[in-house]
Amino acid sequence: MTALLNIQSLTVDRGPARILDRVTLEVGQGETVALVGESGAGKSTIATAIMRLLGEAQTSGQITLDGAGDLLALRERDMVGLRGRRLSMIFQDAGAALNPSYTVGRQLISAVRRNLGLDKTAARARAIELMTQVGINDPEARLTAYPHQLSGGMQQRVMVAIALAADPDLLLADEPTSALDVTIQAQIVRLILAQTKARGAACIFVLHDLALASQACDRIVVLYAGQVVESGPARDVLENARHPYTRQLKSCVLEIGTRDLIAPEGTVPSHRDMPRGCRFATRCPRVQDRCWAEAPPLEGGAHSFACWNPE
Amino acid sequence: MTLVEPARRGARSIFLRRPFFTLALLVAVGYVLAAIFAPLVAPYDPVAQDFNAMMQAPSGAHLMGTDSYGQDILSRVIFGARYALIIGFFAVAIGAIGGLIVGLAAGLSGGWVEWALMRLIDSILALPSLILAVAFIAILGQGVDKVVIAVGLSMIGPFARTVRADVLQVRVQLFVEAAGLMAIPRAVIIWRHILPNVIYPLAVQVTIRISEAILVSSSLSFLGIGVTPPTPDWGLMIAEGRAFVSFAAWMSAMPGFALALLLIALSIVGDGIREEFDPKLKGKA
Amino acid sequence: MIRQAFGKVGQTLVVLFIVSFASFGLLKLAPGDPIQIMLGSEYSPEAYAALSAQLGLDQPFLTQYLDWAKNFVQGDWGTSYVARTDIFTYGFLEALPVTLTLASFSLAFAILIGVPLGVLSAVKKDTIFDAGAAVFALTGTAFPSFLLGILLIWFFGVKLGLFPVMGYVSPWQDFWGGIYHMILPALTLSTYFIAMITRLTRATLIEVLAQPYIAAARARGEPGWRVIWVHGVRNIALPLVTILGLQLGTLLQGTVLTETVFNLPGIGQMLTSAVLGREYGVVQAGVMMTATLFIVVNLLVDLSYPFLDPRLRDRK
Repeated sequence: MTALLNIQSLTVDRGPARILDRVTLEVGQGETVALVGESGAGKSTIATAIMRLLGEAQTSGQITLDGAGDLLALRERDMVGLRGRRLSMIFQDAGAALNPSYTVGRQLISAVRRNLGLDKTAARARAIELMTQVGINDPEARLTAYPHQLSGGMQQRVMVAIALAADPDLLLADEPTSALDVTIQAQIVRLILAQTKARGAACIFVLHDLALASQACDRIVVLYAGQVVESGPARDVLENARHPYTRQLKSCVLEIGTRDLIAPEGTVPSHRDMPRGCRFATRCPRVQDRCWAEAPPLEGGAHSFACWNPE
Repeated sequence: MTLVEPARRGARSIFLRRPFFTLALLVAVGYVLAAIFAPLVAPYDPVAQDFNAMMQAPSGAHLMGTDSYGQDILSRVIFGARYALIIGFFAVAIGAIGGLIVGLAAGLSGGWVEWALMRLIDSILALPSLILAVAFIAILGQGVDKVVIAVGLSMIGPFARTVRADVLQVRVQLFVEAAGLMAIPRAVIIWRHILPNVIYPLAVQVTIRISEAILVSSSLSFLGIGVTPPTPDWGLMIAEGRAFVSFAAWMSAMPGFALALLLIALSIVGDGIREEFDPKLKGKA
Repeated sequence: MIRQAFGKVGQTLVVLFIVSFASFGLLKLAPGDPIQIMLGSEYSPEAYAALSAQLGLDQPFLTQYLDWAKNFVQGDWGTSYVARTDIFTYGFLEALPVTLTLASFSLAFAILIGVPLGVLSAVKKDTIFDAGAAVFALTGTAFPSFLLGILLIWFFGVKLGLFPVMGYVSPWQDFWGGIYHMILPALTLSTYFIAMITRLTRATLIEVLAQPYIAAARARGEPGWRVIWVHGVRNIALPLVTILGLQLGTLLQGTVLTETVFNLPGIGQMLTSAVLGREYGVVQAGVMMTATLFIVVNLLVDLSYPFLDPRLRDRK
């Protein structure tokens, strides 16, 4: 079976800063992959790069979508045709991702019309159906609401409805619950998973919670300072973490009410003083001389990791 | 103990970081020098009429040509810088001082007095400065001094508004409240704590608004209700040349470009000063 | 929201009252005794007292003001001796429409040219085009309009002979003729506003385009032009309308100059000739009309906010 999405050696530079460094990643049909790491690790950049919405950053490498070829080589016009139809994205803060000047109905219906080619009446019916699917009560009344009139959870449900309107092959969920109350977070994650599973869509879930990632996703990819440090089946990575950074992440808990992990001690080195060898060396409890000199390659088949001195 | 301080951004001087600002500043300084040394620089007497040399095109003898009275336009343009800068400076001074008083009063009084003063400022602001200046000219009559007063009075509104906004900002600062609690005389609070925080942004405003004052005053002269002939005022010269534009375009164009260049230079200088020193823009870059 | 609106209207009325009071005071402050002027050099004290009583000038100041205000509201604005007509006809029925026509043409020019220029400039940020637009915006906002008018007359009128250089034709009577006569004046007046709108549109649109909802719109497959014009420009309407309202004063004072340059019989010409002829009643009428226009338009701007930004509709 060919992979749905194959990312080869994706590198993203923004000015002097290297945000992603030779990231390689594969997503199968209908597979759910979690990207985990601290903020600034490059998780969101991967999602944004797949959508080709990075703006002024320089991108190199390949992002191959089954049936569409290398996304980075496509003309913008063809890319526009893929967005919303085969690739969809859900954003961190749904309140900011909905245009404040238009009703949610207008935004949802226009997405349905555009991506499914329906007429006005049919699009409206489909919009109501979608809103019901994502668990919005009284959808007809909600269509005329402006984004600010809805709760955060409701806004994110609308975003899910918009993203799934055209049954995409791949859904990119960029920390979709980080702006929400803790009580609603699980609901939204479950909703996204249930809806993607029901449609047979694959999903890349950007998360910062390793435990949640292992429950929700088939595979986990751990990122550190723009590089993949460990990747493998969810249960395997959680129970048998090999990279010291993954271990540290595991022992950290999510602080209530904040978006970020209580990070492992120390901070990610800035792009100016990035170590020549392993980027985690500055914070690693198992650091050796070799780690400073040489960057470890990502090796190991289904469960791979990049470390000279794995646990 | 001022709250606001100029943004210090590294050791590189403002002149290197902002080449356009530096250029514009040099141009503005050039105008000031020309104005100060006008009698030395100007080749002719600006009001000397020569009926043998009427409406001559720019030439070696008259670099910017002559007008319909045979007056040398270059000399008039140079002396015009004097009037423009003097009128601009004194008008802004009147506006700034008046605005400071009204703004302080509005910002410090509170209650219905503040409300009434604010509505008063609103009413002044309801009239564009040129229209207001025209109204004052109607009462005062024409002449350089009248123009200065009219333009100055018409600028009180905008100055008062910014002063009041600054006062309100300082007023909520804890140290002023604390000083008030300690029963220090009101005048001392104003003098020590409020004035320093208000004067600084006001100074920035003054540099920005000088060009506005020059524009309004030359507009008055252009309308024929400002400075009276034969004063070498740019606005007046442009108006005089207007009738001859079809065959002696330089009569309007020369003083016009002198005015335009000064205004553009001052606006670049003003923008630079504002971006560099205005605390409200700090950090936005 | 309704309560807020009432508050705004109330404030506006107070400001209008102050302006009218000041305008009335202007007439009183004006040098010269109107009765002396009307009676000429030789008159008897009886005649003076009679005329004074007839005009109500022997009444207390406040009574005089109230009388004046009542007359003003009823359209009785006094008589202009220079124009030999009553000031209401001269100012309100004849001059004001000219000024309004010029102002609205210029505003239309400014929006139709300035917004697209600003949008292009924002989209092509940091290109040659953007730099060119920035230079134009800077020059355009600082360049004196009356000089620009003369240059346009010289170039388009005299050198090329393309446009009439003077005079006014009402577009309400002769539509194409009116537009033809209005192009140069409107271009003169609107240059400043084109430049200003270009600057403002660029700055605010760059901010808006960085918002997540823009990325979200693109992520659901909206084409680039729709993202910019539907999702971007819609959200700069509020700052744009606010600034245009505040800059209306600048527009009105620009009309005064432009009318003089192009010989258009609007409020500007009325004011100028009134000052020269020492007709304080006419100056007063001009001041009142300008101020009222400014105040009312800004009230409308304030009241339009909830329509421009839905988020302001539900605010208590």
